[in-house]
Amino acid sequence: MSSATATPPAPTPPDTPTKRGPLLVGRDFAKGQMGFAVAALCLLFLAPAMLSEFRLDLLAKFVCFAIIAIGVDIAWGYGGMLVLGQGVFFGLGGYAMAMHLKLVEAKEMNLAVPDFMSWSGVEKLPALWGPFQHSWFAIGATILVPMIVAFLLGSLVFRRRVRGAYFAILTQALAAAFVILLIGQQGLTGGTNGLTNITTFFGLDLNDPDSTYTLYMAAVVALGVAYLLARQLIRSRYGKLLIAVRDGEDRVRFLGYDPATVKTIAFTFSAGLAGLAGALFVPIVGIISPAMLGIVPSIEMVIWVALGGRATLVGAVVGALVVNYAKTGLSEQFPSGWIYFQGLLFIIVIAFVPSGLAGGLRNTKNTLRQIGRDRKERSQAAAGFGETRFE
Amino acid sequence: MTSFLSQLVAGISIGALLLLIALGLTFTFGQMNVINMAHGEFIAAGAYTVYVLQGLFAVSLTGFAFLLSLPVAFLVAGTLGLLLEVTLIKRLYGRSLDTLLVTWGVSLLLQQLFRDLFGAPNVQVKAPTWLQGGLELGEVNIAYSRMFIVALVIIAVVSIWAFATKTVQGTRMRAVVQNRQLAECSGISSPRVDRTTFFIGSGLAGIAGVGITLLGSIGPTLGTNYIIDAFLVVVVGGLGQLRGAVIAAFTLGIMNSYLELGTDASLAKVIVFVAIIAFLQFRPQGLAVQKTRALA
Repeated sequence: MSSATATPPAPTPPDTPTKRGPLLVGRDFAKGQMGFAVAALCLLFLAPAMLSEFRLDLLAKFVCFAIIAIGVDIAWGYGGMLVLGQGVFFGLGGYAMAMHLKLVEAKEMNLAVPDFMSWSGVEKLPALWGPFQHSWFAIGATILVPMIVAFLLGSLVFRRRVRGAYFAILTQALAAAFVILLIGQQGLTGGTNGLTNITTFFGLDLNDPDSTYTLYMAAVVALGVAYLLARQLIRSRYGKLLIAVRDGEDRVRFLGYDPATVKTIAFTFSAGLAGLAGALFVPIVGIISPAMLGIVPSIEMVIWVALGGRATLVGAVVGALVVNYAKTGLSEQFPSGWIYFQGLLFIIVIAFVPSGLAGGLRNTKNTLRQIGRDRKERSQAAAGFGETRFE
Repeated sequence: MTSFLSQLVAGISIGALLLLIALGLTFTFGQMNVINMAHGEFIAAGAYTVYVLQGLFAVSLTGFAFLLSLPVAFLVAGTLGLLLEVTLIKRLYGRSLDTLLVTWGVSLLLQQLFRDLFGAPNVQVKAPTWLQGGLELGEVNIAYSRMFIVALVIIAVVSIWAFATKTVQGTRMRAVVQNRQLAECSGISSPRVDRTTFFIGSGLAGIAGVGITLLGSIGPTLGTNYIIDAFLVVVVGGLGQLRGAVIAAFTLGIMNSYLELGTDASLAKVIVFVAIIAFLQFRPQGLAVQKTRALA
């Protein structure tokens, strides 16, 4: 009824250009920073104060997983590309870091090659390992190698419009091939055992309790940076384009954009985050092996995001932390029960609560708010009715 | 030369099994846009059927139990598939990627179920006596079990072809694959056709499971070894296309076995993967493409 009084919006004069936000930096950067600040303070100060060294080490590991989850969320939650091979990028980052650390260790002990190589009869340092003696090369490689692999795969595949389930299967096949390769090249990669017994990290003695704290802090800072970067990406114009590609790729193409480029960028970004997580994971856990990055771990990375809530960055982070805490807690007590629970949880969440924890929470909040609003309106209407009646 | 021929035999028999597994996948994918990750566990269900039946019968009846397990495995795996379709997949129509993830959850459950029922270690199935040994062809020994697998797959594929082209049910199925809405407009009950397709596709996985018992011991995660290659067959072969699947399955099977001979097994998988990516540059929709005016 009241719409009759509202004036229709004035048409914009054709000569004034539409105001566009900058391409990569969102306009409302400061908005909604409270939650982030609170979470950051909790992780930075509260957790180290309250948790034992063992638990802090565990949390540090989960923080690494949360970084992966942010990447998966960008690719899958926002970009609609179901990546079932994120473990590959995590592994590339992890192995690059572990190779450097093993070489440093070998140098300190005056060995020509890392210990596991001499066990499998390799006496001369393989050419692939050579450049990893330089720490800057290794640090760069942890992030750049996964990004390059993702960029190559993405640009080849997306340009030919291979998408949806096809893409998911290809990434899964990549994970399978990668693991088989790692296991097969015993002398180069340590085979099934992976690279083990990593004891130093840039002068940090990893057996020292203090280094647990340092590494934990590093992981939390990395998570914060990853979160802010991802948030920037999503809020920028590029982020809108990415979401548009997810929801209607053909329409975006008809508007003159190239969906292949948009998707490749998101996929490459997510691979970079996984590589970063791998590089941090290695000193924290002290080992990297094919069992941590095969098909099953890769799909678990998707579970974290699905459970936490796809297309919400906070959801991805919370999902990674919650699922992994539940896993360590429950699988210790009921090994067989945990797998049933995990399978059921996955089925129920994906099939019936596709928006995950975050989405479920948001829906509940909206419903409650709606109920409150209805009640208010009803009482106002009743009051208004009363007034007109007695006037 | 000897190894050349024996690798060929190995490649053909693996390719034949891949084909049987991929047929079910390609039909459900082509018809319902459903990627069933639990398909691998239907293979394992078929394999365990042989194990259970051999346990029920006396040792002298091993061969009979093996033959009996072919129809039983088809029914067991088919019923599992039917249950999955009716309880879950039906509800997720149009959410292709979510179906993939949900069925992966189902596959996790089934694997653990097998582990609890039959134990985590692999179990051995006895091959019937008439399948032991092999045919001597010059210097090459072709195992009877591998010949049996190939024969089994030929029979299965010919029956599927006959079913799809000669029967009313099959015609309906092809109609739904080609254009679901139009098929529904012509009075075809597409949910019923979906159920039939799912039943047959899963049943074929069960039969493949019986064949796999001839190649080695079986375990709870048996299916995962074959499922990815079978999916690659679907990707290379093209959706819902019998012809494409046949060519792709044998190409992949033979390629795998020769590459393992030429390089080593770990590099073979990587080379196959790179070859598939390269292939998709030329034929992004696979070998056999159904002509359609929909957006690619």
